[in-house]
Amino acid sequence: MSTTTVAHHDEHADHPTGIMRWLTTTNHKDIGTMYLTFSLIMFLVGGSMILGIRAELFQPGLQLMNPDFFNQLIGVHALIMIFAALMPAATGFANWMIPLQIGAPDMALPRLNNWGFWLLPPSAILLTLPFILALFGIGDGALATGWTFYPPLSIQGGFGVDFAIFAVHLLGISSVLGSINIIVTLYNMRAPGMTLMKMPLFAWGWLITAFLLIATIPVLAGAVTMLLTDRHFGTHFFDAAGGGDPVMFQHLFWFFGHPEVYILLLPVWGFIPQILQTFSRKPVYGYKAQVYSFWAIGALAVVVWAHHFFTAGLPVPALLYFMYSTMAISLPLAVLFFCWIKTMWKGSMSFETPMLFTVGWIILFGIGGLTGLVLADVAADAQYHNSYFVVAHFHYTLFAGGIMGIMAGVYYWLPKMTGHMYNEKLGKTHFWLTAISFNMTFIPQFFLGLAGMPRRIPDYALQFAEFNMISSISAFVLGLSQLLFVYIIITCVRGGKKATDQVWEGAEGLEWTLSSPPPYHSFAEQPVIK
Amino acid sequence: MEIKAEDNGASPDQQRKLANKKLGFKLLWIVAGSIAFSIALVPLYDVLCTLTGLNGKTKTTASVISNTKVDESRWVTVQFTSNVMPGLGWNFHPKQSSIRLHPGKIQTVLFEAKNITSQVVAGQAVPSVSPGVASIYFKKIECFCFVRQELQPGETKLMPLRFFVSTDLPSDVSEMTLSYAFFSADKQ
Repeated sequence: MSTTTVAHHDEHADHPTGIMRWLTTTNHKDIGTMYLTFSLIMFLVGGSMILGIRAELFQPGLQLMNPDFFNQLIGVHALIMIFAALMPAATGFANWMIPLQIGAPDMALPRLNNWGFWLLPPSAILLTLPFILALFGIGDGALATGWTFYPPLSIQGGFGVDFAIFAVHLLGISSVLGSINIIVTLYNMRAPGMTLMKMPLFAWGWLITAFLLIATIPVLAGAVTMLLTDRHFGTHFFDAAGGGDPVMFQHLFWFFGHPEVYILLLPVWGFIPQILQTFSRKPVYGYKAQVYSFWAIGALAVVVWAHHFFTAGLPVPALLYFMYSTMAISLPLAVLFFCWIKTMWKGSMSFETPMLFTVGWIILFGIGGLTGLVLADVAADAQYHNSYFVVAHFHYTLFAGGIMGIMAGVYYWLPKMTGHMYNEKLGKTHFWLTAISFNMTFIPQFFLGLAGMPRRIPDYALQFAEFNMISSISAFVLGLSQLLFVYIIITCVRGGKKATDQVWEGAEGLEWTLSSPPPYHSFAEQPVIK
Repeated sequence: MEIKAEDNGASPDQQRKLANKKLGFKLLWIVAGSIAFSIALVPLYDVLCTLTGLNGKTKTTASVISNTKVDESRWVTVQFTSNVMPGLGWNFHPKQSSIRLHPGKIQTVLFEAKNITSQVVAGQAVPSVSPGVASIYFKKIECFCFVRQELQPGETKLMPLRFFVSTDLPSDVSEMTLSYAFFSADKQ
């Protein structure tokens, strides 16, 4: 480690080479790159799992797998996509861009940063190892409860549940460490003159995300630990026979689980206005309103959790409270939508790939938000609960709202990070393929849900066959299109047209004042903001 | 945050590192706080459910009769259901499936339990009232569910429940269901 500490004060990028560079690095750009690479790999792993599911659902009846394996794929797909693809992607951007955007030389706690990343690969192995062990006849595979771990099913499951519990512990520690690092960086490392209310919105989104993470991840860790002791050490937290209550697990889980949605989305809401600003060539509209909306959503996020289990038998006053508070979130969210649209209004817009993804994102995420309002209605939810309508809804928020937003960020910052322009034509092709096949995959699922098809079931009634077939074919197009994304990134890393420092004509902010790619150690002398 | 250069002669860089560490440890208190909160939720949840009757939980101790006035102007129907959970080798059912009564009137109903195994078996009954809002108005004076019950091999036992429905019962509730789930209470 001494070499890197020395390098820290050195003008030259003198760091260990080969694998040791990545194992021991404390450089925010290296760690950001590792987070993003890890996220992309796990995105493909989680994606191939769901293609297995869609292949099985191509036709009614059981063709490819037994129901137990089907359930395992569904649960691990969700855990991987949430914890190992979306969250690391956002953390990767935070590592890369926050120091550059606030004029800091590095993250505040660089060694913690390194540790935070290297906890991720072991937890990914813990999540997927039971599949491989099952191939050799050891155990009965990964957790088959869905990502929510509901008891009593999770108390009865095989050791896949234990593997997933320990993976969640590691992932939780990783994101808590990452969050502490980001909060300290944002509080202590800003360039002179950059007040909190002058920070870029991406930094603001992440500040609230980080507070939500350190407040809620420990509750999830606590809940799954109780599950573990229920399974192996004779406690009865969730076992009615011993005076426990399975519904309590749902409360604990969703106390974390609902803020988690905003943890995944707030970083994206942070950089979306920056992209809009760049390609509309106009300043961000309503900066203050957006910051306050972030706070309002962050605060509301922790008091609405029970809308995930309206049908569990809550008393009517509780149902009403959770319904109204959930719907209240749409108010600050509407402010955000208004600001995004107003930023584009009468701007001289151009539609490079990041902007295409952003505009597509606003529309699709809007659909995700509006269908959420339908689900927030207690009376309607009784019909939609646990149907494919819910699946379609949260893929509009998390695939469109999360991953397509992240893709906009990738195209926006890739030239800055690599120093090369990506292939614009292929980028646009990737957008259209993704946007069309995404809608073709999930619009049929809204109809399936309205017609009563339950989620997490490997077989279905004949009347659902056509919509499932459309959905499955589109899902494969969607999945294969992402190989184009990987190809675009790899070719961009390896070469291409040289990117200018500002990269985009309308780009503003400290990160665009550095060279592309930025030097290994940037802002050794902090810039002064006036 | 501004770094003051004159403190202790340490370089601004070292001071910043110290400040970073300090804030990092402060944030760990939030983490510790939310771990404590998640553990505290377990008893809190129980207390909240018992106090408000949410989730159909009823008191596990006897109620004191405070008011013997009987409201003869209303009728309430109480239905009884029973379940034996896996792991308990008993038959268990109420002797009557429902009862019609006036709020405030004390009633006794009997449940019959039979041990169908060849061992001494202990069980614990867990009550639940539906709808949940009615559960705090359901007052048990004497109940076999207050203590562990033990049955000899093949023994049949009549288990009494003395209760009344409080006269404060909201006027829109005219029917309620009392469900007992009998769990094995043997130490495994």
